[in-house]
Amino acid sequence: MRENENQAVQSEHAAFPWKQVFGLLLSLALTFLALWVVLGLSLSVHATLTIIIGLAILQALIQLFMFMHFTEGTEPVHQIIGIAFGLFVTAMVVVLTLWILYYAI
Amino acid sequence: MMDSFIHFLLHRFFVTGDPMIYGADASIALASIGIVVVVTYLKKWKWLWKEWLTSVDHKKIGIMYIIAALLMLFRGGVDALMMRTQLALPNMHFLTSEHYNQVFTTHGTIMIIFVAMPFIFGLMNIAVPLQIGARDVAFPFLNALSFWLFFFGAMLFNISFVIGGSPDAGWSSYAPYAELSMNPGVGQNYYLVGVQIAGIGSLASGINFLVTILKMRAPGMTLFKMPMFTWSILITSVIIIFAFPAFTVALALMSIDRLFGAHFFTIASGGSPMLWANLFWFWGHPEVYIVLLPVFGVFSEVIATFSHKTLFGYAVMVWSMVAISIIGFVTWLHHFFTMGNTAEVNAFFSISTAIIAIPTGVKIFNWLFTMNKGRIEFSTAMLWALAFIPNFTIGGVTGVMLALAPADYQYHNSYFLVAHFHSVLIAGPVFGIFCGLYYWWPKMFGYMLNERQGKLAFWVFMISFNICFMPMYIVGLLGMTRRMYTYPAGMGWTPFNFIETIGAFGMGAGFLIIAYNIVWSTLKGKRDTTGDPWNGRTLEWSIPSPAPEYNFATIPTVSARDAFAVAKTQEDQENKKERQLFQPIHMPNNSGIPIIMSLFMFIAGFGLVWEWYWMVIPGAIGIVVCMIVRSFQYNDHHIISIEEIERTERAAGRLS
Repeated sequence: MRENENQAVQSEHAAFPWKQVFGLLLSLALTFLALWVVLGLSLSVHATLTIIIGLAILQALIQLFMFMHFTEGTEPVHQIIGIAFGLFVTAMVVVLTLWILYYAI
Repeated sequence: MMDSFIHFLLHRFFVTGDPMIYGADASIALASIGIVVVVTYLKKWKWLWKEWLTSVDHKKIGIMYIIAALLMLFRGGVDALMMRTQLALPNMHFLTSEHYNQVFTTHGTIMIIFVAMPFIFGLMNIAVPLQIGARDVAFPFLNALSFWLFFFGAMLFNISFVIGGSPDAGWSSYAPYAELSMNPGVGQNYYLVGVQIAGIGSLASGINFLVTILKMRAPGMTLFKMPMFTWSILITSVIIIFAFPAFTVALALMSIDRLFGAHFFTIASGGSPMLWANLFWFWGHPEVYIVLLPVFGVFSEVIATFSHKTLFGYAVMVWSMVAISIIGFVTWLHHFFTMGNTAEVNAFFSISTAIIAIPTGVKIFNWLFTMNKGRIEFSTAMLWALAFIPNFTIGGVTGVMLALAPADYQYHNSYFLVAHFHSVLIAGPVFGIFCGLYYWWPKMFGYMLNERQGKLAFWVFMISFNICFMPMYIVGLLGMTRRMYTYPAGMGWTPFNFIETIGAFGMGAGFLIIAYNIVWSTLKGKRDTTGDPWNGRTLEWSIPSPAPEYNFATIPTVSARDAFAVAKTQEDQENKKERQLFQPIHMPNNSGIPIIMSLFMFIAGFGLVWEWYWMVIPGAIGIVVCMIVRSFQYNDHHIISIEEIERTERAAGRLS
């Protein structure tokens, strides 16, 4: 609220967005790396899953820090609630889905 | 070559062979020609483009959402009447079984995604920035993009019934039936791509309103001084942000299955059909609250305003919505208790579902206590809110019955279930949307909707709603299952079905009265010259009707809940003098990019539906080009001068 000027948010045109460009390239690299791990290597299913889940978590962190202004902002309480709720929802969808489908087809 | 092309057009591209479809073809063609002729004759193309199609003004976007939603409500309603006609008597042959499947599929999808959602987005666009004392939403360009993505997604879904054939796997589109092997043709592709495009818009709206409410509130308006409708939208936005990605992913996975031969949801090659139901409802259950919480907010505003009292139990109202938003993410399995889960799984979701009824019940009591000792004014908006309480409670209580997993094995997929979810979704969102339309109409357009016609529409619609859905509970318990296209005589279902059909047509009549009311009031309705026709309590009533482009000539300072009600009691001279000091206002420019980019989405989407990659590629390139053009736009705002503000305010009678 303190920074509220009660106007439409103005876009900032400061320096060239190196951070975002670097993040985009990194995201693309990680995506193709995951694809290569699945298609190019013939590891066991267990090893493949472990690696691509690790790559997915890395990619999520890149998104948070490079694109989603995770370290910016004046009201950290919003960030904390948002991240906490995100973790809760993610945990619920993963854990409960595995629990539900474990006995199903 | 030519022969095969004509063969394709007649046998695959255009839907042929059904007189009703030819009727639809003719009416679509006539309506399109009619619109073009009228707009050209009145020389309104430039006005339409400059004032509406490219607008980034939240008030105009809200109005466009509502117009689109009204049209979609008409289409979804006609679908409903076709089904009720088919089921009025046993062994009817009004619709074939395939046609009936398509009609219930489009009815469900349209009513949830292209009626309830845009009405909610329309109301929040109109009311939220005005309630928090802001001049627009946080990202006005994105807001326009959201609208046009919704609009073109809806159009893509809707053309399916004349071009290529409608989807027929139900609005929940369950695998494996919705998969390619059992459901060839383009119908399911229309569902997947159309809903996906609209869904991107919804997700963007959720982000937009979260940021708007967190960042753009007037000075002094802390979170716990916000109007209750704004609170409900804040929480709805959070649910949208966390629920929609699951649906986006599920739709994308099924699209990959159908278009590129993957097997995420087919048993062949190790896919899991149940995973579709799981992901669908992981979004689908929170979706229920996405369309429900905003109308809880509408009812909170309307009941407080027309009881002439402050809302009872403000903090409890907020925390019950927070509780609903959290628990709402762990109840989804109750939509498929009977799919073969273990007892432990069913028990967990049964309990979580029963728990979520508690905060909802708390809210019901809060509304009742708000009315307690209030001076209740029976306006049309208030009638919808009053009718909501008992009708919705019936839907809620039968919902608790369905929540009990062992009992659900009896009710599952029967007409009891159909009656339950129509009870909550009509008495909740539909009553709430009509309530909100009658309440905010003067703020949107500057004139009132006629109250006498409005009350007539209310009584016709509300009574017909009960005539239509009460017998469904009984006929469900008598064993009639949902989605059956006809039934034999002698089951004891016939009289109930006939009564339901009468009720359905009664609701259609209620809708027509509302449409008549809108047309009549546009021509002859009473002007709202005060800007505050209901003796309102929140900031949107402090400005002229309709609100000027910049909403607030000076941004109000808020010191209490019900900011405008408090201001009206303490209006002093100093306050008035302070208002004269205007400053130039900074506003966003209109932009044609949202509609053009969404049109490219439509083109790419149509190509995907037909697997015509020669069409997908230029569409996709168009989308990227639009993004690049937007990235290099630097002059995206304009300034409204003090003289112009003074002129506008004087014309609205706000300056002496």
